[in-house]
Amino acid sequence: MAENIDVQKDHSMVLQKQMIAEHYQRLADAPKTGDKVVYTFVPGNLTELIRSFGALPVLPEINALQSGMRGKSRDYIAEAERRGHSEDVCTYVKCDLGMVKGGNIGPTGLPLPKPDLLLLSYTGCYTFMKWFELLREEYDCPTVFLQIPYQGAGELEPEHRKYVVDQIKEKVIPALEQVTGRKYDEDGLRRRLGLAAQAEDDLVAVLQSAKQKPSPIDAYFGGVYYIGPIFSAFRGTEEGVAYYRELRKEVEARTAQKRGPITPDGPLDDQRYRLVVEGPPNWTHFRDFWRMFSSWQAVVVASTYTKVGGTYDFGFRHDEQDPLGTMADYCGGCYTNLNLPSRVDMLCNYIEEYGANGFLINSVKSCNSFSAGQLMMLREVEKRTGIPGAFIESDLVDPRYFSPANIKNRLESYLQMIDARAQGGN
Amino acid sequence: MEAPLTREEIVAWARECYEDLEFSAARKWLAQDPARKAIGFLPVYAPRELIHACGMLPVGIYGGGDQLEIIRGDAFYQSYICHLPRSVVELGQTGRLDFLSGVLFPSTCDVIRNLSGIWQLLSPELYVRYVDVPQIRDVETGGKFWRRELQTLVDDLGRVAGKTPNDAVLRQSIALYNDVRATISALYRIRCDEPWRIPTEELYLLLRAGEVVPPEEFLQRAKAYIEATASDPLPKKDRVRVIVVGAFCEQPPLGLIKTIERSGCYIVDDDLLVGNRMITQPVATDGDPLTHLANAFVEHGERTSVLYEERPEGKRTLMKERIDAAKADGIIFAAPSFCDPALLDRPMLRAGAEAEGIPCIAFQYAENTGQFQQFREQTGTFSDSIKLWGGQ
Amino acid sequence: MQCTVGIDLGSTTTKAVILDENCNVLGRGITNSRSNYDLAAKIAAEEARTTARFALLRKAVEQAAGEAVLERLLRSFRLSQTLAQLKRLEAIIAREAERSVADKLKKPALTVIETLFRRIEDEEHSWFAQDDASPRSDFFRDAVGSSYMRIAEEIGDPNGVSFDLLVGLYDKCIIRVENEPLELGFRDHIGSALERLGNPSEVVKGVENAVNIELKEVCTVGTGYGRARLPFPKEWIRSEILCHGLGAHAMFPQTRTVLDIGGQDTKAIQVDHRGIVTSFQMNDRCAAGCGRYLGYIADEMNIGLHELGPLAEQATRQVKINSTCTVFAGAELRERLSLGERREDILAGLHRAIILRAMSLLARSGGIDDEFTFTGGVARNPAAVTALRKLVEENYGERKLNISPDSIYTGALGGALFAHREAAA
Repeated sequence: MAENIDVQKDHSMVLQKQMIAEHYQRLADAPKTGDKVVYTFVPGNLTELIRSFGALPVLPEINALQSGMRGKSRDYIAEAERRGHSEDVCTYVKCDLGMVKGGNIGPTGLPLPKPDLLLLSYTGCYTFMKWFELLREEYDCPTVFLQIPYQGAGELEPEHRKYVVDQIKEKVIPALEQVTGRKYDEDGLRRRLGLAAQAEDDLVAVLQSAKQKPSPIDAYFGGVYYIGPIFSAFRGTEEGVAYYRELRKEVEARTAQKRGPITPDGPLDDQRYRLVVEGPPNWTHFRDFWRMFSSWQAVVVASTYTKVGGTYDFGFRHDEQDPLGTMADYCGGCYTNLNLPSRVDMLCNYIEEYGANGFLINSVKSCNSFSAGQLMMLREVEKRTGIPGAFIESDLVDPRYFSPANIKNRLESYLQMIDARAQGGN
Repeated sequence: MEAPLTREEIVAWARECYEDLEFSAARKWLAQDPARKAIGFLPVYAPRELIHACGMLPVGIYGGGDQLEIIRGDAFYQSYICHLPRSVVELGQTGRLDFLSGVLFPSTCDVIRNLSGIWQLLSPELYVRYVDVPQIRDVETGGKFWRRELQTLVDDLGRVAGKTPNDAVLRQSIALYNDVRATISALYRIRCDEPWRIPTEELYLLLRAGEVVPPEEFLQRAKAYIEATASDPLPKKDRVRVIVVGAFCEQPPLGLIKTIERSGCYIVDDDLLVGNRMITQPVATDGDPLTHLANAFVEHGERTSVLYEERPEGKRTLMKERIDAAKADGIIFAAPSFCDPALLDRPMLRAGAEAEGIPCIAFQYAENTGQFQQFREQTGTFSDSIKLWGGQ
Repeated sequence: MQCTVGIDLGSTTTKAVILDENCNVLGRGITNSRSNYDLAAKIAAEEARTTARFALLRKAVEQAAGEAVLERLLRSFRLSQTLAQLKRLEAIIAREAERSVADKLKKPALTVIETLFRRIEDEEHSWFAQDDASPRSDFFRDAVGSSYMRIAEEIGDPNGVSFDLLVGLYDKCIIRVENEPLELGFRDHIGSALERLGNPSEVVKGVENAVNIELKEVCTVGTGYGRARLPFPKEWIRSEILCHGLGAHAMFPQTRTVLDIGGQDTKAIQVDHRGIVTSFQMNDRCAAGCGRYLGYIADEMNIGLHELGPLAEQATRQVKINSTCTVFAGAELRERLSLGERREDILAGLHRAIILRAMSLLARSGGIDDEFTFTGGVARNPAAVTALRKLVEENYGERKLNISPDSIYTGALGGALFAHREAAA
């Protein structure tokens, strides 16, 4: 979801930049063109539905992480803390509120339009609820709440699925109809869901390419770029389909040539470590963080973070035959909506399926949804795979919580330990 | 006829229950009949009626307070996560919760939510259920969902208990908990009207005891306490009237409550243990019990940080409404460190209060906070300034 | 002789260890890390070389001249070193006094400084003359600082030069002496040291032999927090985790779990039968539970860090300390004191609190297996060791607890062992 950093020069990258730029331009023009704007969250975003009403989505987490990458988050967070927010709470929220207070200028430098609707998709994160309650104080617009029950029992229970479908039908669609003045268009929605599934097929092929040795992608640092379009405004769009077709082509070409991904240290063809990563990245030091891996020739072959806006690699695809049900399944399956045993299963599966020789948890202070319980996960994955894990701590967008020396020290120690274990003493 | 229990006796009993990290009262109850079982629940709200209707004892798990030394629990949590889950894990890892046949984890926040997963991993043989309470507060969508959830819970708990309650039994339990809530509400009303009669320390201990003993026993003691305080009021003092907001999940140490009261404040309303009075109206005891219980929650649920506030102005007006209802002079925002629900709500609530000219102060605590000097200074200054310059 | 070197650049001290071809420890050196890692590494290595020379010397001289003579030679050498450093310090202080002291005070100040240093020198000479001189700190600052203060207090004011002025000069200049790589070299001082003993012939021969052995450092491995700053090739840098694991294994071959509590961080390490690290955990961002926490407490109580443990050992009961947060520790401490708790009892509680944090890390890393080796600065604190012993037994049962008097060199030793492997490869 890190669209703006100029790291990879692939054609897909250029394409993505264009798409994003055009999207933010349309958003900036929305007050003139009359396009309706819906703010919603990445996990459980109903982009196809929003788009089927001709409305444009804005994802506040993306704005916050972009602020982090552009070095603005420190000031934004400080602004929110001046306004009474505790140092203890989520920095995405504080960063976003600080940005709103500072004129709501988006990542491309253009102003973001005010929302016509806050679609509070309460998926896998308690803080989302508070976030929009707080944001609602800034805008005079309706809020519609979509509660996605947690997969506490390891699945989206049928009763829970029904609840989600009921809410979409009884709450979300009427709210969108009201705001846009359009009628619900089920055929349009189905068409978009079909497009979503096409892009999802290609994304999964890209992510699973990391099973190859060498891996043609970095599934964490590179992965956040790959998920950008599908996790934000472009799922269920023609541009999205075209982007993923292009991306897949590139990755398949690299696979054929046995090439690795492009990293800040250049192409990583010779890969010494294959890691699985749990937890979001840090955005304020994204490149430095990546370099700590790439300079040691470590490639990430699978990550859970690339599943926060939808988990597709275990078979789920948006299904145009069952538009509302499929949206419920999609929301329920987002990574942070899975219980800890399921998350442990996923990590173990990745370690095995992707031939990893290590796994790392980046525990971010901001996000209890991810972080609370990660030490238990560490213990459990170690027990089940016999592979010791690394544990580091940072934050999403608070630069005060990224200590490069500390993290580098741990990571290096960990990689050296992998070597020592593999060499059996020398 | 036995002499009625005195205030001191009841408070001593409650204090014993509160301080007892071995849950002896619950264990004693269980020991009376080998068929008995107990089900734990975490804050904030769990439908205790259903546990009771299955013939089991609902036991509130509120952490280890300031008396439990954390030896194993810290291995499970990073330093930036609140204190409650580490002491709950500590209780579990030291065998203090081994009398429970199941635990319910309500949707209070992501930390409690993920604690359910830790429990699943640590105790795979135990009945563990994450309970997603309805955030859609209408009968049609949220009510129906919650009705189905309650049904699932009754079925599950019935399996654990070995008997599923019929409607008549469910209605009895609902009626019993109507009485519990009415009694708690009476205690709160008396404290609000005559705060010198019911010090919060005593009220709190009584309510904490109520979380770990059978509801019938709590009712008997609580009613006796009300009677005892009528004939034995404490001297009335010159104190300001405050509301303590934010302490609904991880509980403050008793020392903090005492500190607030001793520094010149009467606490006349609070969020402490709010789950025990979450439904503000009696639940109907005719018809379908689960439908009534479900609808009562969505229609008459307490307005708290852990539930979505549907009305856009709701957060702004809430403090003024509570101040008026309690005829209070000011608000003390006391939130646990790292508590997302309380801390994210606070700027909204505080802005609403200050817009109405309501004096406020705010601080953070942990259940095991060991020093109170800084709180004493803050609350003392707060009460003095209200006395000098008045409240709103 | 081919040797290998390990250098551990810790946040507070820098350590060096030199090994001979058979992995026997030849020499060790330690110095304050200061802000300059390069220099610290240089000084520690230099000191290790010096002690290595002495090890060789010991071999060569002990048999011929006996242990007593050798000990005298060592002390004579130490005296030569100290005198050289004192000269340096005096010169710097005198220059500083010239520069910064008010004109009318200049003369008396310089006179007092001169007297002061002559007296310290005398004391050093008489320390040498005593046959049963007590051992003392290896750090020049510690050895000389207390003499300087004592004499300054005695002769300053009577001669119209305030104690504060003298202390100010000292504080300003001592760091410069520490930061200069003084001639600590063996050759430079052994001559004068021998002379002081009257050049006994049986010793002179041995010294010559020892001096002539060439110590060829074939490989140096750097570790510790500052390792990235060392001008070494990447293969010669090892994480302190691996080095601590291997070092502990070398000291106690049955070690399976290592706990290291240093100034800035705490590490829990599991090693296998070969000393290979199989898993590890380090403390999180929060400094609670590190040596630094005890440093804050010592500052707060206005006592020396090394006094904390012995004081805590005198506790009659243990006050429960809830906050291991360094930020709140001071407040909690003051409140407990104001409530009338005894200082010793509070300290006992604080030691338990910091060990509790370590217990969490140990649990995260996989628990405590037999044998269990405790290293790092805090391992020298008796109250911490007592608390650890108790908690380990309560939670894991009986475990053999190893603490080496040389535990501070564990990381450097591991580094030198890696250097040995690197050289052999």
